[in-house]
Amino acid sequence: MNVRIGPLSVRLAPRALLVSVCLVLIGLAVTVAALATGEFTVPVPDIVQALFGQGPPVAELIVSKLRAPRVVTGLLVGAAFGLSGAIFQSLTRNPLGSPDFIGFTAGASTGGILAVVAGGSAMTIAGGAMAGCVLTAALVYGLAFRGGVQGYRLVLVGIGANALLLAVNSYLLTRANINDAATAGAWLTGSLSGRGWDHAIPVALALAVLAPVCVLLSRPMRMIEMGDDAARAMGVRVEPVRALAIAAGVLLSGVATAAAGPVIFVALAAPQLARRLTRSPGVTMGASALMGAVLLTGADLAAQRLLAPTQLPVGVLTAAIGGTYLALLLRKDRH
Amino acid sequence: MPDARLSGTGLTLAYDQRVVATDLSVAIPDASFTVIIGPNACGKSTLLRALARMLKPKAGAVHLDGSVITSLPSKEVARRLGLLPQSSIVPDGITVADLVARGRYPHQRLMRQWSKADEAAVTEAMRATDVTELAERIVDELSGGQRQRVWLAMALAQETPILLLDEPTTFLDISHQIEVLDLCADLHEAGRTMVAVLHDLNQACRYATHLIVMRGGTIVAQGDPAEIVTSELVRQVFDLRCEIIPDPQSGTPLIVPEARRRVTPASA
Repeated sequence: MNVRIGPLSVRLAPRALLVSVCLVLIGLAVTVAALATGEFTVPVPDIVQALFGQGPPVAELIVSKLRAPRVVTGLLVGAAFGLSGAIFQSLTRNPLGSPDFIGFTAGASTGGILAVVAGGSAMTIAGGAMAGCVLTAALVYGLAFRGGVQGYRLVLVGIGANALLLAVNSYLLTRANINDAATAGAWLTGSLSGRGWDHAIPVALALAVLAPVCVLLSRPMRMIEMGDDAARAMGVRVEPVRALAIAAGVLLSGVATAAAGPVIFVALAAPQLARRLTRSPGVTMGASALMGAVLLTGADLAAQRLLAPTQLPVGVLTAAIGGTYLALLLRKDRH
Repeated sequence: MPDARLSGTGLTLAYDQRVVATDLSVAIPDASFTVIIGPNACGKSTLLRALARMLKPKAGAVHLDGSVITSLPSKEVARRLGLLPQSSIVPDGITVADLVARGRYPHQRLMRQWSKADEAAVTEAMRATDVTELAERIVDELSGGQRQRVWLAMALAQETPILLLDEPTTFLDISHQIEVLDLCADLHEAGRTMVAVLHDLNQACRYATHLIVMRGGTIVAQGDPAEIVTSELVRQVFDLRCEIIPDPQSGTPLIVPEARRRVTPASA
């Protein structure tokens, strides 16, 4: 066997790069399709003009006011879920350690439902979701903390919190009046329907700050995946890295849930798919974010068009698409 | 007293509230192959973890090159002192070359992730541990002995003058145990200070140039194995009656436990 150690650091890079480029292209294609198609078809040249405020008035209204905010929100929320999932799966060293399994998304839902019941506006619901997510995370972290946080403890405590919060959510829904319950129910499925720029902007700001943090954290986090002692022996300051990563992951899943509701499965599936496609032996932030964006917008496009004119909430499809694809990949893995 | 870059003074070591050892003082002689030994739960791994700054002492301090070890930047310590933990998690699907390359972490920065020095260190570490042939293999698929050599290669790639090993031979069969210990002896001869926690007293006597014997959280004896290992010491530390004879291969002390009943030749 001819072993060359030289190109070691670049050997994995081409594949990760190729996967990322493909994901960007798929994302672009989905975006264009989402902008162009629907009840009213807008030709591609008109889309570009409409985005710059030059197209026919009807095209401008449909593209800039209705479709563009929805697709942009989808891309950003998907990326945020992807990053958040990548962080927690890496920290817990467990594919099931994603925010939708360890209570954070359920906590955000509780906050959201309470806001609905209190008669809140869309902004209040978003705020309630964010607060619910952060509070749940603080609670889970506090309960799991024992001179540092072990991954499996975080998962176990999180699963407990998740069960408890789902029960609380069901209770709240049964106690709410029928209109509130319907509103909350729609929000709980996770949807991008009717999302405007005021939904997209908070997620964009959060990503602008937190995505670079995630990239900086990915190298020490890969070391921590080998065990706390192994990472510490290599000079990683394990607890500060972990605390910062948890903060970033909670804020990302909180802000994403606030914008789109608790869309399940993106945070779980995106990092796993990214990791398998890039064959990277460790957390892959960039590819996870791209995969999340593609997964969510792709699912939303399908949800709008598959059974048109019936519109499905995107949460229904993320589970279907992500779950099927993941099952296929896992099956292939066994060989 | 020989020079010691790494030492601990007045250490009280505890996990949460459970105190494992009190008032331990220990100096690791430079360029020695120090082996820490003692019965289960005597605090030997705890001492090693404290020396490697994995465990913060409740009292006392570990010093590296004259500074309190926790006052030094973490990466700086990692360039001087390496640790092979008792168990580490192999990342899914990682190749041998990639895992060994992770040993370069303390030498790397965000903007300088793979220098010539990194490459040279990884090549040398893989050569020294004889895993060059395995470079492209997936670590998960290797045998226990091969995997332990890969972990050692990762620790070597770190290029630290001091290397601590927490029970490096556990879970290995006898031939792989000897293989790993011979490798450690080679590394020691090449000028490194080696510190290992071992279970097997005979192996400890054969490989150690400096032996630290512990029981119940205290150090019972330390020094050259040939000078300190007596049947009295073994009885005191391990509650084992034994006879000590020279190891026919190395001349170091060899512990032969007393037979409780006479062994008769098998009749069936």
